[in-house]
Amino acid sequence: MADTIADTRRLFSKPQNLNDAYGPPSNFLEIDVSNPETIGVGRTRYTTYEVRLKTNLPIFKLKESSVRRRYSDFEWLRAELERESKVVVPPLPGKALIRQLPFRGDDGIFDDSFIEERRQGLEQFLNKVAGHPLAQNERCLHMFLQDESVDKSYTPSKIRQA
Amino acid sequence: MSFFGFGQSADIDIVLNDAETRKKAEHKSEDGRKDKYFLFYDGETVSGKVNVTLKYPGKRLEHNGIKIEFIGQIELYYDRGNHHEFVSLVKDLARPGELTQSQTFDFEFTHVEKPYESYTGQNVKLRYFLRATIGRRLNDISKEMDIVVHTLSTYPELNSSIKMEVGIEDCLHIEFEYNKSKYHLKDVIVGKIYFLLVRIKIKHMEIDIIKRETTGTGPNVYHENDTIAKYEIMDGAPVRGESIPIRLFLAGYEMTPTMRDVNKKFSVRYYLNLVLIDEEERRYFKQQEITLWRKGDIVRKSMSHQAAIASQRFEGSSYPEKPQTQSNAEDDG
Repeated sequence: MADTIADTRRLFSKPQNLNDAYGPPSNFLEIDVSNPETIGVGRTRYTTYEVRLKTNLPIFKLKESSVRRRYSDFEWLRAELERESKVVVPPLPGKALIRQLPFRGDDGIFDDSFIEERRQGLEQFLNKVAGHPLAQNERCLHMFLQDESVDKSYTPSKIRQA
Repeated sequence: MSFFGFGQSADIDIVLNDAETRKKAEHKSEDGRKDKYFLFYDGETVSGKVNVTLKYPGKRLEHNGIKIEFIGQIELYYDRGNHHEFVSLVKDLARPGELTQSQTFDFEFTHVEKPYESYTGQNVKLRYFLRATIGRRLNDISKEMDIVVHTLSTYPELNSSIKMEVGIEDCLHIEFEYNKSKYHLKDVIVGKIYFLLVRIKIKHMEIDIIKRETTGTGPNVYHENDTIAKYEIMDGAPVRGESIPIRLFLAGYEMTPTMRDVNKKFSVRYYLNLVLIDEEERRYFKQQEITLWRKGDIVRKSMSHQAAIASQRFEGSSYPEKPQTQSNAEDDG
């Protein structure tokens, strides 16, 4: 006596709208960290990076933005996210204190290869963080990515969609 | 069983009457080894013979009684000393006295209730066994024979599908559907995942079967989770309106029926865990309990034979002859 064969036919599903299937996906988010520039002279020199964002996510006010940020701004963002959100924030590329000591053979923190290494690390950091659904709710992230400058005396808050 | 002195003076052996015809089932022991044991169902009679073989013929064996027990017990690994017996039957085979030669005793436990399925888990074990004992002054001589019990169910009357919409607001909305909420152990899970909104970058999606064994009560409850299966159902990034089918054959996995609050001591429950993983290795998941049950095989011959005997007894006819001849070997009184 054979067992009845189970019915394994697929469940019914609505056919997909062709616009949905072939249109641009709703999860488009690209962040580039590039064009490092060292500003200033002597001991007050520092390097800034261009942070360019392209997206179609409704949570970002601007669909395209470009700002310049320095390493300490990234440190500020990381600290804010750790404190304000429940996100496990990934680490930043190193602070490289040793490179800031005098009497080095190379250019210290203004060394080209070091800046490139740091640039890559910062780009990885931002892509990881900006794609996190919980981090996207934080005002500090949007200010970092899209406001002209970072106002460190801001009031932390959550973004609410209209 | 004595390891010192002269050793045992007799061997004791248990043999079932239907050993030739009864099916055996595989059961994993605590150390992971798979062995085969005789398979019984609830209500079946357990009958057989106890063979006592004297090692030194001519030397009398004095004893305080010979008996056989049928025991169903639960053993919690963290409390090994305390066995919780939920079935305990005993038949006396011989009154205290002495044996002058090897002897065989018949026994029958009629229509024994076996309410739970045999289970060997991570922290708890439920087993059924026969134990024959020769009582002695210093050390009893005993022998245990384990059996395996399966609990069978029939197709549930009500078996609704599981259908739910879940997600993270404005980020990810999906609707998942599984065709049933109760599956038998050789069943197929047929379902689908429908994407309503995808604002994150999904890399792949899998469905896991998780077994959760719960032991202890009150503040001492302990859950042991074990992922029995990981089955990838989607590789790549879905968009809105996409429907991903699920077809998962359960026969390939080692699972037991769902056991809820067995004798108030433990539970074994199963969950389907739907997991989505995005490009940054973040995991989004939704767990859903399913009920597993054991379907009976084709006609159980031994069962219907027992049922026939039982019905004859109730109808008042005399007890029919046992199929095998009574072996009253060497018993001249």
